[in-house]
Amino acid sequence: MIGNPIISVKDLSKKFGDLEVLKSVSLSVRKGDVIAVIGPSGCGKSTFLRCLNLLETPTAGEILFEDKYVFKNESVYLKERLTVLKKELKAAKKGNDENEISLAQANYDEVKTQYAALAGEEKEIKKQLQKSLNLHRQKIGMVFQQFNLFPHLTVLQNITLAPVKLKKMSEEEATAKAIELLKKIGLEDKANAYPSTLSGGQKQRIAIVRALAMNPDVMLFDEPTSALDPEMVGEVLKVMTELAKEGMTMIVVTHEMGFAKEVANRVIFMSDGVIKEENEPEEFFSNPKDERLKEFLSKVLS
Amino acid sequence: MKFFTDLWANFYKCFLQYDMWKMYLQGLRNTVIIAVGACLFGLIIGIIVTCIRVAPKNNIIMKFLDGVCKVYVTVIRGTPVVLQLFICYFVLLTGIRNVNFFGIKDTAGILVAIVTFGINSGAYMTEILRGGINAVDAGQMEAGRSLGLSWISTFLRIVLPQALKSAIPTMFNEFITLVKETSVAGYVGIVDLTKIQSYVTVQTMELFMPLLIIAAIYLILVLGLQQIQKRIERRLTRGDR
Ligand SMILES: Nc1ncnc2c1ncn2[C@@H]1O[C@H](COP(=O)(O)OP(=O)(O)O)[C@@H](O)[C@H]1O
Ligand SMILES: [Mg+2]
Repeated sequence: MIGNPIISVKDLSKKFGDLEVLKSVSLSVRKGDVIAVIGPSGCGKSTFLRCLNLLETPTAGEILFEDKYVFKNESVYLKERLTVLKKELKAAKKGNDENEISLAQANYDEVKTQYAALAGEEKEIKKQLQKSLNLHRQKIGMVFQQFNLFPHLTVLQNITLAPVKLKKMSEEEATAKAIELLKKIGLEDKANAYPSTLSGGQKQRIAIVRALAMNPDVMLFDEPTSALDPEMVGEVLKVMTELAKEGMTMIVVTHEMGFAKEVANRVIFMSDGVIKEENEPEEFFSNPKDERLKEFLSKVLS
Repeated sequence: MKFFTDLWANFYKCFLQYDMWKMYLQGLRNTVIIAVGACLFGLIIGIIVTCIRVAPKNNIIMKFLDGVCKVYVTVIRGTPVVLQLFICYFVLLTGIRNVNFFGIKDTAGILVAIVTFGINSGAYMTEILRGGINAVDAGQMEAGRSLGLSWISTFLRIVLPQALKSAIPTMFNEFITLVKETSVAGYVGIVDLTKIQSYVTVQTMELFMPLLIIAAIYLILVLGLQQIQKRIERRLTRGDR
């Protein structure tokens, strides 16, 4: 079931101004993984998901998607080091110790060469990405807390817009695929309805279908049931559960502990912008180790 | 009683006699043509300028264009429209001033007016549209981008239609303002509704009555447009969302 890594995240950091929201997060997502991400609000879960499809540009770290760099910025650290070394070199030059000066100079030159090489490589990756960014996003479906259906388009148009516009399918193929997917979630009679006439649960299921219509390799869910009335949570979780069973690779930020326990094969606890704990669900919930996690679980499970 | 018979006689003289009303009609026609033309031209300018203003500025060309658009909006909104009309008429569009397309009298003047008021209205349309775009939930752009659509596709297919829809009542307001604002066209000899007064006065030696008639025509026109606007607003709020 579980295959090769599809997304590899290494030392990912994200700052908004001075606010460090993600602090060196690393994670390897394998094909078929269903990863539940839990954690207190404001700890950076959404930001993490949004970095994966580059809706946010990370500050530092690397993201590999299907063995290809989509983001790499390690040179920031070398740059910082370089400024330190430059200062040291200046300080050494003030003194008259020839040895010290040449040592500082050598240190500085070495890091500078490293930096130049790395920065060059990263620039190339960035250039490549500019061309392939939209392609990258096509392979990653995203489902939002607020559904974000397009209110001026019918359900069918919501689903077929992207595949047709991006020439993944012809109009007929896209429509057929949309109807097929709608049938699966029992909403084919809503094909020509406008989103405003649907319930929250229906909207979110349509939003899932809209993302699936692009045939993505990975699906990201950002608290897909948090905006729903309690009686509608079940129908959305059911669709997600079925999707997981079909082998879809999924990362799900959620407060639904039942889903994390029953459907996910890995559970991650995030707090203060770092992954504090990761485990398979059984062990994660029965034997939490991190103090924050224990506290968090006792709050949400009570 | 005498007052009313005098009034009627005056009105007859200034409106009905010698088919004088046809002149008002011609003026009204020109006013409407100028207002509608300028509104459409302004809308096109507004959409283009808005696109540039809200697009991501990740290269020098976009930054430059954005700067140009910013200056355009600031200058147009910061100077009187009559002055803009003078500048356009006497300086920029002097080349076509004497052209008569299709043999229609005053075509050049009307064209100048459409262009001038269009450029003017474009700046206001830009601000209206930008407001409409800011009112569209940021999640709409994100949803489009997360599907792999480019910024421009998402903007044109998803954000702009919603922004236009929410901006329609305000844009219609701008159109109503335009109908009244074009009355300064007479300053450069364009025969709009207001200008008709001078023609009528020359023929009848009456000053007050033609002004009164023209004011009444504007008022009826504007009240009618306001009714349409109310209907549009009601339909938009009744429709989805
Ligand atoms: N665009 C942004 N600009 C500035 N701060 C942001 C932005 N997006 C998120 N943040 C901040 O980053 C932190 C983490 O946000 P988020 O990733 O949404 O957390 P979570 O999804 O875990 O609740 C919060 O403190 C939030 O205020
Ligand atoms: Mg969140």
